Amino acid sequence: MKKVLLTGAALLASVTGMNAHAERDYISIVGSSTVYPFSTVVAERFGKSTNFPTPKVESTGSGGGMKLFCQGVGESTPDITNSSRAIKSSEIALCAENGVKDIVEVMVGYDGIVLAGSNEAPKYELTRKDIFLALAKMVPNTDGTDTLIENPYKTWKDVNPTLPAKKIEVLGPPPTSGTRDAFVELAMEGGCKKFPFIAAMKDADKNKFKAVCHGLREDGGYIEAGENDNLIVQKLVANPDAIGIFGYSFLEQNEDKVHGSVVEGQEPTFDAISDGSYPVSRSLYFYVKKAHIGVIPGIKEYLAEFTSEKAMGEDGYLADKGMIPMTDAEYKKVVDTVANLKTISAQ
Amino acid sequence: MTDSAMSTRAKVEKSMKKRRAAESRFRTYGLLSVLFGVLCLVVLFGNIFSKGFSAFSQTVLTTTIHLDTDYLGVTATSDPQELRNADYEGLIKQYLKDTYEPSGRRERRDLYGMVSVGAAWQLQDMVLENPSLLGQTIHINMTMDDDVDQWFKHDRGTANEALRFSEQQLVWLHDWVDSGALHGRFNTIFFTNGDSREPELAGIRGAITGTFLTLLVTFLLSFPIGVSAAIYLEEFAPKNRLTEIVEININNLAAVPSITFGLLGLAIFINIFGVSRSTPLVGGLVLTLMTLPTIIISGRAAIKAVPPSIREAALGLGASKMQVVFHHVLPLALPGMLTGTIIGMAQALGETAPLLMIGMIAFVVDVPGFINDPSTVLPVQIFLWSDSPERAFTERTSGAIMVLLGFLILMNTAAVMLRRRLERRW
Repeated sequence: MKKVLLTGAALLASVTGMNAHAERDYISIVGSSTVYPFSTVVAERFGKSTNFPTPKVESTGSGGGMKLFCQGVGESTPDITNSSRAIKSSEIALCAENGVKDIVEVMVGYDGIVLAGSNEAPKYELTRKDIFLALAKMVPNTDGTDTLIENPYKTWKDVNPTLPAKKIEVLGPPPTSGTRDAFVELAMEGGCKKFPFIAAMKDADKNKFKAVCHGLREDGGYIEAGENDNLIVQKLVANPDAIGIFGYSFLEQNEDKVHGSVVEGQEPTFDAISDGSYPVSRSLYFYVKKAHIGVIPGIKEYLAEFTSEKAMGEDGYLADKGMIPMTDAEYKKVVDTVANLKTISAQ
Repeated sequence: MTDSAMSTRAKVEKSMKKRRAAESRFRTYGLLSVLFGVLCLVVLFGNIFSKGFSAFSQTVLTTTIHLDTDYLGVTATSDPQELRNADYEGLIKQYLKDTYEPSGRRERRDLYGMVSVGAAWQLQDMVLENPSLLGQTIHINMTMDDDVDQWFKHDRGTANEALRFSEQQLVWLHDWVDSGALHGRFNTIFFTNGDSREPELAGIRGAITGTFLTLLVTFLLSFPIGVSAAIYLEEFAPKNRLTEIVEININNLAAVPSITFGLLGLAIFINIFGVSRSTPLVGGLVLTLMTLPTIIISGRAAIKAVPPSIREAALGLGASKMQVVFHHVLPLALPGMLTGTIIGMAQALGETAPLLMIGMIAFVVDVPGFINDPSTVLPVQIFLWSDSPERAFTERTSGAIMVLLGFLILMNTAAVMLRRRLERRW
């Protein structure tokens, strides 16, 4: 018993000791679960086509990724963080505080957020205003005055007479999700700005404006269905009356089961998202710690692989995975940023 | 008097009926609950097995391809680096273009898209292993894209065909099936590859190796520590307030939600001791914390079950306390302790929540070689695949669940066998 104990302790000590000194020879990537599918494809191809080890990619969510990324400089911190939104100024400040000063921002492409329904249900034609009225916690008073009331709408027909008389039942991501952030910002806020008195609030009382526009109803009309988008697809198949909110790549993969609702007269198609006419789309990014380039092997080559024409281009393999490529002008800018490693402050 | 005797008898008979009815009701309830449990299990397993079964076969296209040395720009005598860098993907595209003559760019892309990127890596591996193949025409079972795989297994001849494939693609596909070139075979890739973003190339070897290394660390730490703690607490510790508190806390720890151990691991092992994230080492350390209470509790129960007569006999013959414990009590208690350890390990095998905090929810392609390489474990792999958009990952998720269940059954059977074999009854 003693021997076992001793060998166990010795093994542990030797390994922890080794760990503290061993140089990390692989790239460590953290961040958004939306960028994860794209980032991993690049990582895998990069590992197969070069002599560098395959990077490790963790899916931590955009906010969680930033927190790890901004912990400091050194091999125990990640080199790259993926994000489904642009970095916040508070995060830049946090990074700077911990000595992470030079950050390179690389735009990856676009992702559309779809409101999908089962193929057995009719296709909805929504406007952002409809979406806001159906899902907000507080909505403008039905008597036409400039006051807010608790959301009284029960069916889509109550919101807009042209819509079917189906119960409002929307399955969407929880507050920790970047998809949710983007959805409230693009769809909800876009809809609530259509009311002049709420739009006026933006200058007068920004916090109240945010609370009104970003507040989702909690009376069962909006159901938090977890981060797993496949689960939402399955629930839609089981319940054709419901609508689900998720990224375009899941719609593309499940076209035999679900369809995307029309928003502002635009179908969520590859082309409509890439040319910007589909209103609920956002850009995806990743951020690189410049101080790690040259220290951790392979970062530069990974960036080159990610921003290469065969990955990011219009016919690249990322597009096959459901990412919407950016325009030529934007792509040129990204290539330039990567080639010269332009940091955020220098841009 | 006879009247009252009759009435007592009548009363008894009456209540008898009632009591029997109550008994048979209770039996029915019991039977129903067992049936309900079995039904749930059947539905669960049925669902997983029916979905996961197809993960074990893989669709390949059998063809012959000429390894053109002019096109590849390498010969059998080139050094391995040059062999590695040759354009095998281009060669396959060239071959497809020449054989099927697609018209226009769109059709060409469709055609290329039907073969997995893994086919080029297959060629690369074959050439690296045996460079003399260069310049020859070889037989190859090309791995097909996951869409083709799903079509072959599920959608063939259904209305869904047209959703994923163009007309020309369907013509090719049906031709291949008719000529027998496109066929299924056992999915060895699933067992020999690490994770991949291409479903047809994704495998569980990385996750299984990671699981093995993690459990090894857990076992090496938790077994000696748990057993020593159990022995000390049961045999040597004075019975006072302090040991009572320790005992209560161990029992409480066994019921603490496992995510808490993950947080603890993150704060202590990673942030203070600087162990690298996502490694079997840190995973094993965290799971050690989690399994320790189970091992200590079962260890103490096993020691308690050793009859006092054995201890007393040994003491009576002049053995020291230490000798009594290590020569007599421990060998008799060990089977029980091992059973507890195996059950604790099986619990650790299925755990994901604590690993979430220490970065083991990660995409790792390379199979880990040692306990400080980044890795994942099986349940995490299942979680990651279940969240992937590609349809073909659904069956791989179920396939991986089947493998995990297999391991669990194996471990629990081992625990039962061990108990049957070694446990003595007094």
